[in-house]
Amino acid sequence: MATVTQRNLLDVDKLTISYRVEDQWIQAVRDFQLQLGRGHIIGLVGESGSGKSTVALALMRYLSRNGRVEKGSRLVFDGEDLLSKPNAEMRRLWAKRIKFVPQNAAAALNPSIKIGRQVTETLKAADGIDGHEAYERMIRMFHDVNLVDPERVAERYPHELSGGMQQRVTIAMALISNPELLILDEPTTGLDVTTEAVILDLVRRLIAERDTSVVYITHNLGVVAQLCERALVLYAGEIMEEASVLDLFQQPRHPYSLGLISSVPKPGQSKRAAPLQSIAGNPPSLTRIPSGCVFANRCPLVLDLCRERKPPLETLEDGRLVRCHRWSEMEAGMQPVSPILRPPSPSLWRASPEREKGRNALLDTTGEKERKKPLPLHGVAQAQTRRGGVWGGGNDNTLMRATDLSKHFPVERKVSEILGRLDPAPIRAVDGVDLRLRAGQTLGLVGESGSGKTTLARLIIGLEERSGGTLELLGMDVRNSVRDRSQDVLSKLQMVFQNPQNSLNPYLSVRQAIRRPLIKLRGFAPAEADAEALALLERVNLRAEYAERYPDELSGGEKQRVAIARAFASDPDLIICDEPVSALDVSVQSAVLNLLAELQDEHGSAYLFISHNLSVVGYLADAIAVMYLGQLFEVGEARELFQSPYHPYTEALVSAIPVPDPLHATERILLSDDLPSAQNLPSGCRFHTRCPRKIGEICETDKPPWRQGDAGHLIRCHIPLDELTNAQSGLVLTDETD
Amino acid sequence: MKSFTVSRAYGAFMRTARSQLRHPQSAVGTLLVVFFLILALFGPQLAPYPNPNDQSHSLRAAPTLDIGGLRLGEHPFGTDRLGRDVYSRVILGAGSIFRIAGLGTLISVVLGSALGLFMGYQGGWVDEIIGRVIDALLAIPALLLALVLIGIIRNLDFAAGSWQAALADNVILLVISLLYIPIVARVARSTTLDIKTREFVEAAEIRGESQFYIIFREILPSVIPSLVVEASLRFSYAIFLVASLGFLGFGARPPSPDWGLMVNENRGGFYQLTPWALEFPALAIAILVIAVNLMSDGIRRAVQKGS
Amino acid sequence: MIHFLRRRFLFFFFTYLVSSLTIFFLLRILPGDPARVIAGGREATDDQVAQIRDELGLNASLPQQYLTWAVDFIRGEWGDTIAFRGADNRDLIMERSVNSARLAAVALLMSVPLSLALGVIAGLFENRLPDVLISLLTLSVVSLPEFVTGLFLINIVALRWGRSELAQSLGWWFLASSAAPANASFAEMLPALWLPAFAATLVMLAYISRLTRAGVIEELKRDYVRTAALKGIAWRAVIWRHVLRNALLPTITVIAISISWLVSGLVVIEYVFGFPGLGSLLIAAIERRDLLLVQGIVMVTVTVILFANLLADVAYALLNPRVELA
Ligand code: SF4
Ligand code: SF4
Repeated sequence: MATVTQRNLLDVDKLTISYRVEDQWIQAVRDFQLQLGRGHIIGLVGESGSGKSTVALALMRYLSRNGRVEKGSRLVFDGEDLLSKPNAEMRRLWAKRIKFVPQNAAAALNPSIKIGRQVTETLKAADGIDGHEAYERMIRMFHDVNLVDPERVAERYPHELSGGMQQRVTIAMALISNPELLILDEPTTGLDVTTEAVILDLVRRLIAERDTSVVYITHNLGVVAQLCERALVLYAGEIMEEASVLDLFQQPRHPYSLGLISSVPKPGQSKRAAPLQSIAGNPPSLTRIPSGCVFANRCPLVLDLCRERKPPLETLEDGRLVRCHRWSEMEAGMQPVSPILRPPSPSLWRASPEREKGRNALLDTTGEKERKKPLPLHGVAQAQTRRGGVWGGGNDNTLMRATDLSKHFPVERKVSEILGRLDPAPIRAVDGVDLRLRAGQTLGLVGESGSGKTTLARLIIGLEERSGGTLELLGMDVRNSVRDRSQDVLSKLQMVFQNPQNSLNPYLSVRQAIRRPLIKLRGFAPAEADAEALALLERVNLRAEYAERYPDELSGGEKQRVAIARAFASDPDLIICDEPVSALDVSVQSAVLNLLAELQDEHGSAYLFISHNLSVVGYLADAIAVMYLGQLFEVGEARELFQSPYHPYTEALVSAIPVPDPLHATERILLSDDLPSAQNLPSGCRFHTRCPRKIGEICETDKPPWRQGDAGHLIRCHIPLDELTNAQSGLVLTDETD
Repeated sequence: MKSFTVSRAYGAFMRTARSQLRHPQSAVGTLLVVFFLILALFGPQLAPYPNPNDQSHSLRAAPTLDIGGLRLGEHPFGTDRLGRDVYSRVILGAGSIFRIAGLGTLISVVLGSALGLFMGYQGGWVDEIIGRVIDALLAIPALLLALVLIGIIRNLDFAAGSWQAALADNVILLVISLLYIPIVARVARSTTLDIKTREFVEAAEIRGESQFYIIFREILPSVIPSLVVEASLRFSYAIFLVASLGFLGFGARPPSPDWGLMVNENRGGFYQLTPWALEFPALAIAILVIAVNLMSDGIRRAVQKGS
Repeated sequence: MIHFLRRRFLFFFFTYLVSSLTIFFLLRILPGDPARVIAGGREATDDQVAQIRDELGLNASLPQQYLTWAVDFIRGEWGDTIAFRGADNRDLIMERSVNSARLAAVALLMSVPLSLALGVIAGLFENRLPDVLISLLTLSVVSLPEFVTGLFLINIVALRWGRSELAQSLGWWFLASSAAPANASFAEMLPALWLPAFAATLVMLAYISRLTRAGVIEELKRDYVRTAALKGIAWRAVIWRHVLRNALLPTITVIAISISWLVSGLVVIEYVFGFPGLGSLLIAAIERRDLLLVQGIVMVTVTVILFANLLADVAYALLNPRVELA
């Protein structure tokens, strides 16, 4: 950080933080250092367990009761040593000069105190003002963070606000005292992309206006690339690399940074081009920190030296910091793969071993391949064009067809409705969805939370009973509830769940979890099932010794692999993947995505892949459906998604993606963050309350028609497709359009 | 399930044991409970006078217990006004309280958790109706219900050897089981409701597993920790209740060496004469109740940390 | 709000129905003939038994008997006692209820503030000395059966210490006496009241304070506490303004639940102290197998408990912005 000339606002050196866990002190962060000048913004990137949140709070000198800062650490704010400050003085700093924006705004606000009082309380502590003056200043601040109707917000309780609004309140609370240092701890995690874009935009504007220094903590490389000047990569409690964002993304000098950057799918990147890069293995446990390089067990460049000696944190000429024995060998050729910026170059990172290993005869015997041949369906083409909603494009390989699928959750009646004998409007979670899945292919389903995509998945799998519509699998009618379905249908439909924590029974071993569907759905004898379970385990790249482990002995990625093996055990034709990687760290996520792609190649199962992350869906899917408030608004081949014409909603979603590339800049389309309730849906086009391209009254009164584009691309909007194309020419993301 | 029962149960046991040791008060509690359990099992062998109603001793003899000199003497806790050895009666009294409270707890936990698991998993109107009835029953305080039930059954006159007579003899056991079944069922139900929405249960449903399989194979293991906590809590309440019933005269019948009964028989005017005949059984009750509470507290802490 | 009350009242009446049915049928359906018991067991002649059956209306069908009883009960005709010849059940129950209510009120006044304070202190000092001491106190001394503490209080405080000169000189209300006339005024009753009330306090203390402690510990771990601390306001203010408000809300429900606990405790305490309340009346009624009296007592108790729960629900919902009365 040679560029900083005056005294640094924040100067941290040799910061080591320990926690006591069951009589043992664990060093969660070791030898951390950071210099931050006034008005600068630095990003702290790390996966779970990297210690980034510990650092965030330690920078404020706020540690939980079981934590301590080790001797020799240095933490200086504006020339004042924070570590030796008495609490009373610390409080004065907290009140005015150093502020913190927490991750989970809903939990960070006191549930039983009105918003207004919580904010003015801050002002009282900071500047000693209260009453009318404080109220005025709060209202002004609320305007600044774009809270609609600030006077009413002040009268609300936290639970009455949406997630995006809650986060605006915490940001307002932090900035109202004009702090010099702002620490943001994953402020957009858990919010929708659209809301995230709005919050990031807000943060960017507010700190530019105020000349505040910012430490921004996140796991999302895209956010760092779009927001920060410098970035610091943390791994297992140590700094791996610190560099300007441009340097870091263009030429990472540490193998971990490189691996991390290459494992994130970029918008428009597809499995058809190349598998994603991934980092094998798991981070070391903090109770047994290796004495050498902490990354050694996962590093492709590892030498004996690395295991023996811990690499020092070296300062390079260009001002960056790197902790690696071999940073000088990380040459220009070892660039991250980024199809947006440059053609894929031969990379240091192996394509995952699964590809080369060749076909495993286990799952796809020839007989089964035969069976998976597409079945001819008659009269489908006409039905599609008439209904319009069913995505066309070659209809000879239909695996599953959903027609007019709906789920309306009844709402308890209120007194007025009982008196008036009215039935309350139901919650229309899924409302007339037509969908067709092709055999052996992946249909991606995207939408914000509350769009009904998970309900749709649960209707198909039968965990939720549909209120209307029909479902056909290979021409057979599929019964409503999973309890009524035949063995045949059950074995053809499987699911991989979102939360690896809960998807395996903690009291059953891996072997038991996998062999059960073999016995139950494929009629294996127990001994056969055991052998088959081991084979399946190998297919998901877990060693045989994992068979006798229990879920609490597995990492998140390993659990998800077991869940995938379990789903494949019944030899299904369709696997529903409900956000299967969203709970995983990026470096693990890419390996799971690759695994899914390979298993599909070999096995020919189709996926319905649900995700809120457009890049992930774009990577894995062959076709994509965009859902909003219970209905589909755009359906098409995957490559169409990142190309105009888009549906205005898709356009907003795509533009909101924080692209992990500092050179990439798009005009963001910011949507308001209040989603209409599914009980009281907007008339006409359901998107009209938030649509930036709304053309007039027709959008409020008439349901928009399905419009047909190339290759069966369907968009449901009043604007004709060629007009959409003209208006949207600014957004180009794929490598195919050059 | 094989390896589950062996390795997991062993792990859980060790975890509990370790956590008990970290909190000395729960370790002391557990040791005391074990001590009373030994008294309960081997009372007749340990008591100097195995017949609790042996009235051959001198009347109202003062305790000979000498703690400083580590000497028990002939009648460590003295004798009561009928010339019975209080020490032997206290030792012999441990059996019935453990038998009734322990068995009652066991029965109510087994039946209550089966009911709760079923209600929780089934949901719908079955759950609604049983749940409401349970809520309604719980509005009647436990002791009141116990007194009413016992009062009625005990006043009835049955032919010896009939099933009604057997029922009347075990009325306290029966009442404790009946009282605690709904309470345990409620705990099991709410834990089941929580576990039921976990994705591994849904994965089992997707496989088309039977209800029986899902309840007992998938859900039950995860409910067991909270059942263990509830069982230890029920046990401490049961001991409390058995002692109180004995004291109120609704427990064991007079000549038996029931602690509560002994306290009741020796209060009032008799207390001035033979205070020890009241004090030692009261002390036994106090120590046992405290010990069980400390132990169940330790179990709760261990189980909550383990999950 | 209306909807909330409607639902609560529906539940109220359902509970009332189920508990009255339970008690009613328990008293009637169990093997054996209550009439014979009343008439004096096996020695009674069949004629005597038949006469009593007739008097009690035991010859009608069970549902009919229940209906008769329920209508009479609602009309306030609770029958004459058998146990206490000549007295009217309702007058007797009401008189004793008032006494028990006085006892309960004094016990609540003592125990609620005390146990809240202990619970909060223990919670704030989790796993440190004050917490360990309070936990040991509530776990041990206070979790003893009521009759043990009751006897201890009678023998040590009332009999030994109460006769000491110090106590005599301190004044009338230290002269705890265990006997009070059943129809005494509150002031007259106080000397007989405070010792059993103290025993009842101990019953509730453990329960309320342990749940309060758990509530405080849970709230202290919440993110909003960190937010408040990082606002730079004093720790005292963080506790008072932010933590306690949320931690003490659930204790409303806890106190309501502990009332049911208190009722059980009072039965024993009244028996030990010979206090003329509802609990000692119940024991007498059961011993003398006075069905109507037992039924009346249980119904009055259930009513009190249900009202306490209803009140707690309403108070909780009113004080907690997260709960809507819908
Ligand atoms: S020091 Fe060695 S193991 Fe560590 S990152 Fe560098 S090359 Fe890899
Ligand atoms: S129909 Fe109108 S409101 Fe709907 S997406 Fe198209 S332009 Fe927007």
